[in-house]
Amino acid sequence: MKLKEDSVVITFTSTTDAMAAELFFNKKALRGRLIPVPTSITAGCGMAWKAPAEDRDELLTALRREGLRYDKDYRMLL
Amino acid sequence: MIYLDNAATTMQKPRGVIEAVVQAMKTAGNAARGMGEAALWSSRLIFEVRVQVATFFNVSRPDHVIFTSNATEALNIVLNGLFIRGDHVITTDLEHNAVLRPLYRLQERGDIMLSIVPADSCGNIHLDVVESLIRSSTRAIVITHASNLTGNVVDVRRIGQLARARDILFVVDAAQTAGSMPIDMENLHIDVLCVTGHKGLFGPQGTGCLCLREGIDIRPFKVGGTGVQSFSKTQPQTYPERLEAGTLNTHGIAGLAAGISFVQSTGIEKIHRHEMSLTRRFYDGVVSLPDIQIYGDFSVDDRAPIVALNLGKIDSAIVADILSTTYGIATRAGAHCAPRMHEVLGTVSQGAVRFSFSWFNTEDEVDRAIEALRDISQHLVSNAHD
Repeated sequence: MKLKEDSVVITFTSTTDAMAAELFFNKKALRGRLIPVPTSITAGCGMAWKAPAEDRDELLTALRREGLRYDKDYRMLL
Repeated sequence: MIYLDNAATTMQKPRGVIEAVVQAMKTAGNAARGMGEAALWSSRLIFEVRVQVATFFNVSRPDHVIFTSNATEALNIVLNGLFIRGDHVITTDLEHNAVLRPLYRLQERGDIMLSIVPADSCGNIHLDVVESLIRSSTRAIVITHASNLTGNVVDVRRIGQLARARDILFVVDAAQTAGSMPIDMENLHIDVLCVTGHKGLFGPQGTGCLCLREGIDIRPFKVGGTGVQSFSKTQPQTYPERLEAGTLNTHGIAGLAAGISFVQSTGIEKIHRHEMSLTRRFYDGVVSLPDIQIYGDFSVDDRAPIVALNLGKIDSAIVADILSTTYGIATRAGAHCAPRMHEVLGTVSQGAVRFSFSWFNTEDEVDRAIEALRDISQHLVSNAHD
């Protein structure tokens, strides 16, 4: 089991948005993976993208440039 | 058996469709419900198929592809969720009951006013008549891409242009053409496209979809679980969840995706050419039989692969029964859920025998159907004249 890491968690309002983001991140070889949304976060969709915190800006910028939607982003030890 | 009832459903499916369904039945969890590998497999599959359908029909956004159980359900979602009291709707004599019955019910409740574009004796409608029926309250034109009885294709591009120019929503029932003819929602100015999966797209029965242009507001006809926004008391407003309460038919959708892939890899133009070639071969082979009546417009080549006919005054059910029991040829007799088209053609009491072809039919099968019909014609028509 890994120790908790400083992470960015990106949430989505729909499964479709989460799937689109996952496909896009994987295609671009960006770091991270889908996780169940931590209970401390309120989100529309039960899926979130977790990645190292330092990747936050790169991920969000990439999403915006691609015209893909996300809900919010959080920084947490996860 | 020679299967010539493809307008009802394509019975012969590509092997990949069957394999995809089996694979999904071994693998799929519940899409958008949970994060285990099986659930994720389904969520990814469903998303990929939305993208595939959006590409196939040129839908502007994958999340505006809504999965339904067939074209009838897609049409019911649209027709029951789109209009407000006082809206005027235009449809045509060519329609299937999947369009007519929802509209009749709305009309009977006093929710909409309905105008029906008459077809001529060839089964065609005319643009100037469509235009003449437009009122200030006209909200939508709802039309089939091709008659499921005659196979006549409607010029949806011109009607789409008219609708767009007059700010009227354009709803197209593509049950008979999806997979057999190219459909580009943008080029044809289609706002709402209703599709079934089990005909020309070679998917399993129980699959279909509703494709929406952005900005179309449709009230949900059912509400319930979506896997998202679970603490909201109301259905999510965003598509596709807004119209997709309940677990999706992931196994069927996996098969539908394989069916569309088959059409894409084979080439839709190639499929259309093959189907038209068989249709023309059959038409040419039977058109000279004594006392035959063939319905629809065969002066054009751009048709759905359908030939509906009668022999003399003989009940279409008898002809279809003989074709099935004596020659092993599956066709469809009767009314084909197209009551107004039969009224126009004067075939309400006799019905018609419908032959419909697919990519998997061969020239040899067509020739055997021609021979069978020639046999039946000789026996029955001469008996009827005795």
